[in-house]
Amino acid sequence: MLKQIVRRLGTAVPSLIGVVIVTFLLTRVLPGDTAAYFAGPAATPQAIAEIKTKLGLDQPLFVQFLAYVKDLATGNLGMSLTTGQPVFEDIRARLPASAELTLLGLILSVAVSVPLGILAAVRQGSWIDHLCRVVATAGVSLPVFFTGLLLVYVFYYKLGWAPAPMGRLDFIYSAPDTVTGFYLIDSLLAGDFELFRAAWSQIWLPAVTLAIFSLAPIARMTRASMLSVLASDFVRTARASGLKPSKVVMGYAFRNALLPVITTLGMVFSFLLGANVLVEKVFAWPGIGSYAIEALITSDYAPVQGFVLAMAILYVLLNLAIDILYGLVDPRVRIEA
Amino acid sequence: MNIHAGNMSAGVNNMQPPLLEVRDLTVEFATRRGTVQAVKQVDLTLAKGETLGIVGESGSGKSVTSYAVMRILDRAGRIAEGTISFGGVDIGAASESQVRALRGREMSMIFQNPRAALNPIRKVGKQIEDVLIEHVQAQPSDAKEKAIEVLKAVRIARPEERYHAYPFELSGGMCQRIVIALALACRPQLLIADEPTTGLDVTTQKAVMDLVVELTRERNMSTILITHDLGLASAYCDRVMVMEKGKVVETANAEAVFRAPQHAYTRKLMRATPRKGVTLRDLLPEDAAPVALTPAMPVEGAGTPLLVVENLVKEYPRQTPATGLAGAFGIKGAAADPFRAVDDISFSVAKGESLGLVGESGCGKSTTSMMLMRLLDPTSGRIVFKGEELSAIPAKRFAGSKWRSRIQLVFQDPTDSLNPRYTAARAIADPLLRLGSGLSGKALRAKVEELAGLVGLPVHLLDRFPHQLSGGQKARVGIARAIAPDPDLVILDEPTAALDVSVQAVVLNLLQDLKQRLGMSYIFVSHDLEVVRMLCDRVIVMRTGRIVEEGATEAIMAAPKAEYTRELLASIPHPPI
Amino acid sequence: MRGKAMSLAATDAAPKDSLFSHARHIVAENPVTGIAFGLFALFALAALIGPYVVPHDPLASNTSAALQPPSATYWFGTDQLGRDIFSRVVVASRLDMIIAVASVALVFVAGGFAGIASGYFGGWTDRIVGRVSDTIMAFPLFVLAMGIVAALGNTVTNIIIATAIINFPLYVRVARAEANIRREAGFVQAARLSGNSEMRILLGHIAPNILPIMMVQVSLTMGYAILNAAGLSFIGLGVRPPTPEWGIMVAEGASFIISGEWWIAFFPGVTLMLAVFCFNLLGDGLRDLVDPQRRT
Repeated sequence: MLKQIVRRLGTAVPSLIGVVIVTFLLTRVLPGDTAAYFAGPAATPQAIAEIKTKLGLDQPLFVQFLAYVKDLATGNLGMSLTTGQPVFEDIRARLPASAELTLLGLILSVAVSVPLGILAAVRQGSWIDHLCRVVATAGVSLPVFFTGLLLVYVFYYKLGWAPAPMGRLDFIYSAPDTVTGFYLIDSLLAGDFELFRAAWSQIWLPAVTLAIFSLAPIARMTRASMLSVLASDFVRTARASGLKPSKVVMGYAFRNALLPVITTLGMVFSFLLGANVLVEKVFAWPGIGSYAIEALITSDYAPVQGFVLAMAILYVLLNLAIDILYGLVDPRVRIEA
Repeated sequence: MNIHAGNMSAGVNNMQPPLLEVRDLTVEFATRRGTVQAVKQVDLTLAKGETLGIVGESGSGKSVTSYAVMRILDRAGRIAEGTISFGGVDIGAASESQVRALRGREMSMIFQNPRAALNPIRKVGKQIEDVLIEHVQAQPSDAKEKAIEVLKAVRIARPEERYHAYPFELSGGMCQRIVIALALACRPQLLIADEPTTGLDVTTQKAVMDLVVELTRERNMSTILITHDLGLASAYCDRVMVMEKGKVVETANAEAVFRAPQHAYTRKLMRATPRKGVTLRDLLPEDAAPVALTPAMPVEGAGTPLLVVENLVKEYPRQTPATGLAGAFGIKGAAADPFRAVDDISFSVAKGESLGLVGESGCGKSTTSMMLMRLLDPTSGRIVFKGEELSAIPAKRFAGSKWRSRIQLVFQDPTDSLNPRYTAARAIADPLLRLGSGLSGKALRAKVEELAGLVGLPVHLLDRFPHQLSGGQKARVGIARAIAPDPDLVILDEPTAALDVSVQAVVLNLLQDLKQRLGMSYIFVSHDLEVVRMLCDRVIVMRTGRIVEEGATEAIMAAPKAEYTRELLASIPHPPI
Repeated sequence: MRGKAMSLAATDAAPKDSLFSHARHIVAENPVTGIAFGLFALFALAALIGPYVVPHDPLASNTSAALQPPSATYWFGTDQLGRDIFSRVVVASRLDMIIAVASVALVFVAGGFAGIASGYFGGWTDRIVGRVSDTIMAFPLFVLAMGIVAALGNTVTNIIIATAIINFPLYVRVARAEANIRREAGFVQAARLSGNSEMRILLGHIAPNILPIMMVQVSLTMGYAILNAAGLSFIGLGVRPPTPEWGIMVAEGASFIISGEWWIAFFPGVTLMLAVFCFNLLGDGLRDLVDPQRRT
């Protein structure tokens, strides 16, 4: 098993190399002249040339690439002009906020969509099947920032069930001691239930927004793969052997139907990490997405590049986890590897 | 809940009530275009210990009947009328949990395509345990032990090891044994076998059938064997029931069906079944329009070699899964010794001759035909055609060669081999357009219609798309396309494997006629020696890439020299006449 | 050679007829597809003639009429500058459609061709195309689009390019898989035996069979392209105020949601949603229409 995980880690290497090359290319095709940008609007040509030399921009591309890789290896992603902090530190401080929100959104989404997909397939043609199909088609059509705003209007302005969309904690609370960086977990670890409730009241609405967004692909895939598995020969054999419906559906069909669903999770994560940026803006969530947006507005490019890189690495790692999970469920992949 | 605790004496006892009694069974399916009756007023009776064969071509309702008995029809299907009584239980009226208790324990079923019939991600031993535990034949504590016993009962070697295997690690025949083990684990009284050997090699087929017969006799079980093969049914069953379009047309003793078939359809089916001592003409229905036997056109230079194959070898590298960077760029590691799909074979085909290439799956016959077709480059060896060394022209460039039109192929699967976006006429015209016939416009259409006439395809079907044609019609289009450039050699790659037996009879006769009329040579690739016997002058038997035996067809069928050929011949099910 | 093939084209006339009746049949069988077609026509119309028929100038601000709720004069209300939201929503459809159509057309040609070639030829073509799309797929797609637009410059053209790039792997994957399963299909082998060159097989036999599936993909990604472009402009990339565009209009209305002026963000948001919904439904409808297996 361990050997297999190491093998899978190996397959992530080319993805990481690709990511580094692309982010490097994005750095080099910055709008206008990087050196001119750093020198400021009033700089003389001499000053610009000086900065060029200082930044190593007069070196051949390959040398620049090596320097870039070296910077990455040492965690040097440049400085943020807006916060005046190293980008690496900024991202490290804000990443838990994004991760907590995304993961909670995914958990909520899976908790609803997988049972929905299974029920829709088992009771094909029933109201729950129709519901599933409506959710699947409507869900992918919803712009996530618009859903977020609608929810804010209904649950904050109209009903008052949620606090104002202003970040992770109301200002009267102070953040729990950092263990995981996730407020929900850290507050529980600290035994502070009031703080937990405060954090929960802030996070549930953005998490639901993300969940609604990612519901559709998972429900659709669960339903489709359950349907095809339920129609397959081995399910017929299981039924002909007199196994209980619960055993047939959960023990035989579901485990097989899970495989395409796990594969879909990769795509869902891609969507979620993107949607996360938009949701963070709507809810003023202090994660890396809103960090990047703020930087974009002020044309501060180092944080944007750091953000793209961080997201890509995160995504490569998530895909790795999905691969390993797939191998756990499917013996065929295990033996092949 | 032993339903039938009565007399366990072997054989058919008329004093006993039948184990299974079906009366007036009608099964309906709800489809997009309304309700379709798949089974109409079927009656059947099965005594304890009896073996009944249900025979019919595709769409005859034979499988649906058995699904209704087990009550495992899919969602769209329902029992519209009639009663099914199994050991005194009214299956139609019983609750789902009652029927579920019967399934697997009192009646069970085995299916075609055994690998798909098993849960791909669960160990086979565990799957057997599931059934044992479900029917309280075992406790979780002793389930493993009992599962291994069940594996032993179906003669699986090293059952302790196989217990831990996944279906994908086992051969097709082995998977079918596992499916049988599942079905018989709880010692049911009725076994329904739905095409249990379709898709398996003949030798495996025999082994599986023999096992089923042995086990069911031993346990005095009743068996229903569902098959499209009248020969198989009559070789293994006491009685045979013939179905056509959802109706039972005849039920009789196995012997009587062959000796004195009553119904016209049975007669047609019986005649179409390839068997000992009959010719191709015998396969056609008796009322078929008397075919004007085309006098064999004197083939110019008959007997001189048309194709000579010398020391042909095809090797494939054994691939090892690549890792890391190399894998990412698709560079696969290759092991030291390659796999030889075709291993140093030599033979020749004379002008006007038809040669049979026989063997089971994986014997290299398909690889050989691909190389002869020049779609695949051999690793080494020579293919000499009319004195020209064709193996010198790479497969990639062969399409542009003048030799392309000389060698053509009729494909195994007529559906797959027709472009779904081309009409029949366009498909037949394709080689005429590309291989420089110079025809166009009306002349082209006339040529296409002439070819359609040759293969017996009605001209009004020419403007249809493949999905609007029947299997037999598609086969005719494929044949017309192959003979369009007037080739010298046609390779027939199991051309009737996907067809019903009555259509097979017609197509085989058509091929025979065409050969005589057009003076072509054939290489007929098949797994079925009985069919090869009727069509071929000479036969080559292949196994694991090598030629095992070669000679005149009649001589080999009468006195096979190689042990393997004898085994193949012995595996053909023979009707009891 | 083409001319000779045309002689058989007479046979194509009948299917054309049946294509139309088939379309009617599908709409009759599945009214939802009919609704989607209707909606699509509406959006196309708005994109074509919208700017000439709207009741107000979409850019004219009128501070005396700012932040008015929907009324008979202002059907969708007015924004903080007193601009008519209805007019802005209608006019915006042109820009959003242009972005979607242009990016999808770009990726359809590039991704479709690369995918078919990679699936059919295999080997190095496959490896290179596969590596490129794997690298794109290694990024969360929206994030990559953000990075590309930030780097290339904040313009509508770059939004189109970025949207095409992030859709590239989807097209490659579909086209590649379809070409790959047909590479050794019987009818392709038969075409080889009939003397067709590889290029002719690729274009004449394989591509037409893949086209229907690609069309479904086009329809589905059209919706995704609109969502993506709107998302980018929502965070301030690409389109700049005061240009009317659905995403940026939702962004402008966002800060008024918490004070109860819901209509500023609501109407552009709903329109955006309907447009995407319409393309997604069309995708399913198209699949039924062009799948020859289902045409009888």
